[in-house]
Amino acid sequence: MGDESENTTAANPELAAAFADGPAFVPYLAAGDPDYESSLQYVEALERGGADVIELGLPFSEPIAEGPTIQSAVVRALEGGMTPDRFFEFVEDLAVDVPLVCMTYYNLIYQYGDEPGPRPFVERAAEVGLSGFVVPDLPAEEADPLREACDEFGLDLVFIVAPTTRGERLERIMSQVSGYVYVQARLGVTGAQDDVSGQTEQSLDRLADYDVPKAVGFGIKTGEHAERIVAGGADGIIVGSALVDIVADGAKDGESADAVAERLESKARELKQGALRGYDQRVPQAEGK
Amino acid sequence: MTQTYADGKFGEYGGQYVPEALMPAIEELTDAYQRYVLENEDGFMDDFRARLRDFGGRPTPTQYAERLSERYDREVYLKREDLLHGGAHKLNNALGQVLLAKYMGKERIVAETGAGQHGTATAMAAAHLDMPCEIYMGETDINRQRPNVFRMRLNGSEVNPVTTGRGTLKEAISETMRDWATNVEDTHYVIGSVVGPHPFPAMVRDFQAVISEEARRQVREKTGGLPDSVLACAGGGSNTMGAFANFVDDEGVGLYAVEAGGSSLDVDEEAGVAPNSASLSTGEEGVLHGARTKILQDTDGQIMESHSVSAGLDYAGVGPELARLVDDGRVNAVNVDDDGALEAFHRLSQLEGIIPALESAHAFGYLEENYDDLGDVVLVNVSGRGDKDLETVIEETEKRDIDAAPSLAEFSGGF
Ligand SMILES: Cc1ncc(COP(=O)(O)O)c(C=O)c1O
Repeated sequence: MGDESENTTAANPELAAAFADGPAFVPYLAAGDPDYESSLQYVEALERGGADVIELGLPFSEPIAEGPTIQSAVVRALEGGMTPDRFFEFVEDLAVDVPLVCMTYYNLIYQYGDEPGPRPFVERAAEVGLSGFVVPDLPAEEADPLREACDEFGLDLVFIVAPTTRGERLERIMSQVSGYVYVQARLGVTGAQDDVSGQTEQSLDRLADYDVPKAVGFGIKTGEHAERIVAGGADGIIVGSALVDIVADGAKDGESADAVAERLESKARELKQGALRGYDQRVPQAEGK
Repeated sequence: MTQTYADGKFGEYGGQYVPEALMPAIEELTDAYQRYVLENEDGFMDDFRARLRDFGGRPTPTQYAERLSERYDREVYLKREDLLHGGAHKLNNALGQVLLAKYMGKERIVAETGAGQHGTATAMAAAHLDMPCEIYMGETDINRQRPNVFRMRLNGSEVNPVTTGRGTLKEAISETMRDWATNVEDTHYVIGSVVGPHPFPAMVRDFQAVISEEARRQVREKTGGLPDSVLACAGGGSNTMGAFANFVDDEGVGLYAVEAGGSSLDVDEEAGVAPNSASLSTGEEGVLHGARTKILQDTDGQIMESHSVSAGLDYAGVGPELARLVDDGRVNAVNVDDDGALEAFHRLSQLEGIIPALESAHAFGYLEENYDDLGDVVLVNVSGRGDKDLETVIEETEKRDIDAAPSLAEFSGGF
């Protein structure tokens, strides 16, 4: 690792630990989708299914990085009454032990609390025990204020690296990232896909020299996808839309929350098992490191 | 000329709040803006000016408005952007950006549209420059600006309806950003106003600045001096910045950005609705669609649904440079409600023989209510013509009791 990629920001031992032994399964759900109580149950089901870290979406009215699946989840959660304050209560009410990362858009972080800027939001996030943030509309260029607040309160700031991110940009991002790096598997918006993108391998290759866990997301739908991506060198997989689809179907068909939670748990297990199989295939390599 | 703001910030406002996937394209665009637009590399600006003249019909006239002058007892001049090809100022920007995309080697154009004016301008420019083009338009807007949908189709563009949210400009912008994030390698996003991440606000202003470059010269030729005030409606604020840019340094010239007051300036927090589009007058600082600017939002930071009788002003944000100029006290943020705009629409149609866009009518509504404060020589930007608005106007006029309005009901069945 060269000087420029030296990463001095690893703030929170919990996230690093989640990637320490074996591949990390990182599921996403929008908090409060479709209502507060069911959503608590759904997130807890993910932990039972093997989640190592959970990304919890705080819904924003203009989710420009999301495809139709998560856009609908955001609408349901907002209609269900989710707000930043409710979100923090939600985190406190959750009975899970794995680290939680808040995924949201910058305006909600910026507006929270009495003083303008990200500090009050981050302070509150630290109080309720969140471990870090992913903010899809905050590129490295605009991230200094949030980075500083995260450092102050000991939270991680996860950055997204896209297939189009190269050279100097990549170095700049990798010098600011902490916790893990979110490797965007393909161009476009979130949404479950029927294949694994060829762009994933190239992105992982570009990141090979950086000593930060690499979690691949965007489009992963099945245990088999998870297997191939982890076998290809990913340290973790991030899965959102494929899980949100289950919540959406449940809401549409009027299924009981228990039944939906059960299906989420078994989908989570499928994805986690896939990741573990992929990891087994590259054990010799992993030991060589 | 106004500053170029190389860092993309207008004081606190501006910036580049977009997904990482778009950042390399935005860096590429920033570089192209610098070289082609600011430095005229490969004669880009000469090419642009020649096309604005031959294809667009520039310069547009600045006209002395006889009857308005009489009515308000001062000299009123009209900058006739309604006479630009396509019927609105939008072509200045659309032609500039599609041409730039061509110089950059891009192969596909996407754009959002609210009123459909930016969409039609982009579709015309794309046909003119032989570029495939897709336009995103909210369903509500498709229904209230149908003639423009047909024009886009006739010029060979795809029109993609956007059904999320209220189906207006805000959702159309979000959806176009998603398309761009998916196809960023060969596609240019022709954003329709001085909004979005840097370099869009500065670049769109520079393409639109031709409005005030001409108007400043034309008013001088006619009066021997500068106007005392310049009025332009403001949605995102592109005709506004275009009309103001070359007057910003003329301290004696008052600049008035006329926003849509809608049906009320009050906000319904509970419903998340602001029944207006007056982000400069009533909005708060925040981050929307790639920039920090004034936006209509609730106390949590969720974006509100806006409202205006005019689709082109119906947006919860506004250009960051305008936000800055208002904070600096250089631009006055004012507003006119739906009723005032409709009345002004009929007044201009009858007194001057010009059917204005409902957007532009807001500027004339302000003139009617405040002419006494605007000095001896007033310049109003007629940002577009009103053909696209006839259906809306008939419907909205019937709901109201408007003095100057002719009876339209007996003919409206055949529409
Ligand atoms: C005729 C006309 N004027 C004004 C506007 C508002 O846009 P802006 O504020 O960017 O000039 C529109 C937008 O569609 C328009 O069609």
